[in-house]
Amino acid sequence: MKTDRVLLDHGSGGLATRELVREVFLSRLSNPSLSRLEDSAVLDMPGGRIAYTTDSYVVDPVFFPGGDIGSLAVHGTINDLAMQGARPLALSMGLILEEGLGMEELDRIARSIARACGEAGVDVVAADTKVVPRGKADKIFINTSGIGIVAEGVDLGSHLASPGDVVVVSGFIGDHGTAILMSREGLTFDVDIHSDSAPLHTLVETVLSACPKGAVRLFRDPTRGGLATVLNEVAQASGVHIEIDEEAVPVRDGVMSVCELLGLEPMYLANEGKCVVVADGKYASGVLEALKGHVLGRDAAVIGRIKGLKGDEKPIVTMKTSVGGSRVVSILSGEPLPRIC
Amino acid sequence: MKGSNLYRNPEVVQALVKKIRGVANRPMRFMEVCGTHTMSIFRYGIKGLLPREISLISGPGCPVCVTPAAQIDQMIALSLRGGVTVATFGDLVRVPGSRSSLAEARAMGAGLQVVYSPADALEMAMKDGSKTVVFLGIGFETTTPSVAATILQAARNRVRNFCVFSSHKLMPPALHALFSDSGPRVDGLLCPGHVSTIIGARAYVPVAQAYGLPCVVAGFEPVDILQGIYMLARQVAEGRNDVENAYARAVTWQGNRRARKVTARVFEPVPARWRGLGDVDASGLKIKEEFREFDARERFSLKETEAEEPSGCKCGQVIKGMALPTSCPLFSRSCTPSRPVGPCMVSGEGTCAAYYKYGR
Repeated sequence: MKTDRVLLDHGSGGLATRELVREVFLSRLSNPSLSRLEDSAVLDMPGGRIAYTTDSYVVDPVFFPGGDIGSLAVHGTINDLAMQGARPLALSMGLILEEGLGMEELDRIARSIARACGEAGVDVVAADTKVVPRGKADKIFINTSGIGIVAEGVDLGSHLASPGDVVVVSGFIGDHGTAILMSREGLTFDVDIHSDSAPLHTLVETVLSACPKGAVRLFRDPTRGGLATVLNEVAQASGVHIEIDEEAVPVRDGVMSVCELLGLEPMYLANEGKCVVVADGKYASGVLEALKGHVLGRDAAVIGRIKGLKGDEKPIVTMKTSVGGSRVVSILSGEPLPRIC
Repeated sequence: MKGSNLYRNPEVVQALVKKIRGVANRPMRFMEVCGTHTMSIFRYGIKGLLPREISLISGPGCPVCVTPAAQIDQMIALSLRGGVTVATFGDLVRVPGSRSSLAEARAMGAGLQVVYSPADALEMAMKDGSKTVVFLGIGFETTTPSVAATILQAARNRVRNFCVFSSHKLMPPALHALFSDSGPRVDGLLCPGHVSTIIGARAYVPVAQAYGLPCVVAGFEPVDILQGIYMLARQVAEGRNDVENAYARAVTWQGNRRARKVTARVFEPVPARWRGLGDVDASGLKIKEEFREFDARERFSLKETEAEEPSGCKCGQVIKGMALPTSCPLFSRSCTPSRPVGPCMVSGEGTCAAYYKYGR
C-alpha cells in the first residue's frame, strides 16, 4: 500500500478503494466468489432450511489477548449459525474504517480474518468497505452476516427445554469478558487470561451426532450478558425453572480472582467460544462425553437441571450456592462492561 | 466454581448454622450496616440457612445510596462544564439525581471517566493539562485515606488542574443518628468490616453503650458473616451489649492510626446531609482550608442546594432499615436496575438492588 494510514479516498469507490480491496483484503481472503468482485456473490445452495444471521462488532480494544475484532467477527457469526444446528456455508463482511486507521493494523486484522476463515473452513464471499472521517467511528466497526444449512430432523429452540432435562456448559466461563476488561483498562495482574474466541460448529456437530434426534433441545452461546442472561432467556422461552449448582460451573482460578477484585461475577461476563447445551436428561453422559472428546469441549461440565414451575410461579433461574444456600440468578441489567464484542 | 478458601467451606457453614440454632432462643433482629454485607448475604443465600428466629435488616452503609439527589445534581452540573472531566467510581454513573444522571450527561457530551482509584484521576490530570479533573470523592472511612494521600501528592507535585468534590461520610455518627431517635428496632449490629480496619472495633463502643446494642465486626465471606451472627445471637441470649471483633485477620481494636492521620491532615469533620437521615453533625468530611485549591466546591463556588427526592421513592426509609424494598410502591415496577428511580436500586451495594437481583 502506498500510504500507511487509511484515508477518506480509500472509501470513495475509485482507484484508492480498488487498491485497498486488492492489496489488503483479496491478497488474504481470496476465494472464487470474493475474487470476482461482482456486486453479489452467487452461491449454489444445497436444499434444506437456511439459517441466516447478522452481527456487528465494535469491540474495544481492537486487539486483545486471544484474538482481535477480525477473528471475533468470523467466530461470532459462525457460532450464531452453529447454535441453530446449522452447517455454516458463507459469511459476508462490511467494514467501516475510521480515517487515520493504520494500514498495518488493518492488514493485521485482514490476516486474522483469513486465518479464522481458513481454520473454520468457511469463506467470506461478499465484503464491503467504507471510510468515515476521523472521529466518526472508533478505528474499525465490522458488520457480518452468515448463512448456513440446517439438516433435516434438527429442530433446536430455546422454547424446547423441559423438566428433567440437563444443562451442560462446554468449558470455562468468563474468559473473554475478563480478558477484554483487563486489556481495556490496562490491568496487569499476574494471571494469564485470554479470550476464548473460537468457532463452535464442529463441536455442535459432534454433540448432535452423538445423540438421537430430538434428544438435544438447544444450544446457546453466552456472549453479551453471560451465562446468567442466556439461562434466563431459556427459562422464559420454555416456561421452566432452571436450577444451577454454583460449584459445578467451571471458572478458571485467574478469572475468579480478577472478578473478586473488581466486584464482578463470571456468570455475567461474555464468552466467545463456549456454548450451553440443554438435552434430555437420559443423554447427559452422552452429551458430556461428546463435548469432552472435542478440543473445544475438554472442560465441559453438567451444571444444572430443568424443573417444572409450581402453581403460578414465574420462569426463574436459581442457584445452589457454594455454601449450600439458594439465590436467584437474574438477567444482566446495566452495563458493567460496554463494547465487549 | 470452587471456593478455594475455608471461609466458604460448606461444612464450616453448616457447623456455624447449628451453633446459631443453639443460641437463638427467641426472635432476634440484626442490622447489617454495610452494603457489601447485604450483597454477600444475598449472593450466598445466607438468609435461607438461618433459623427462622433470626431476621436481618439492611442499614445505611452504602455511600452512594446516602448521597442526596442535590449533590448528584451538582456532580452532573460539574461534568457538563466546559474544560472539566469528572473522574468517578463506576457506582455513581447511573445514580439518578433529581432529573438526570451522570450517564445521561455523558451521552450529551459531558466529560466523564470511570476510574478505579483517586490515583488514576490524578494521573489523568497530570497527563493532560488542558482539562480540570474533578474526582468525585465518595465513600466512608475506608476510602478517605487514599483520597487524602492523593491530595497530598497533588500538592507536592503542584498539580494545578486537579480537585476533589468531597461527598465523604463517617459511619459512627450515622449510627448515632439512626438510633438516637425512634430508629429501627434491632437487637444488634453487624458492623462493617472494611470501615473497621480504619476506625478500629473500639469505634462502636459509644453506640453499644448508648443504645444497649451488641456490636460484632465481621468480614464478608459466608463463614465470616455467620460467625458474626452467631456472636450477636450469643450476646443477646446472654444479655450483653459488648463490642466484639470477628474479623481479627483484618481489623484490630485500635484500627489503622496512620490512615486516620493522613485523613485528618487533609479533611475535617463537618455537618452533612444524608438521604434518609437528614442533617447529621460531624458526619461529613470537608477539605481543609490549607488545601482549598483542591476543593472542587471552593474552586467552582458550588452552593448547597435543595432537591426533591423522587416522589414515592422509599430509599430514605430503606436505608434506615424502617422499610423493606418490597414495601416500596416503585420497587420492581417503575424502579428497576435498568431504570432506577432511587440510588438503592442502582448502587452496587444498594439494598433494593440486592433484593431485586438475588431475591425472589
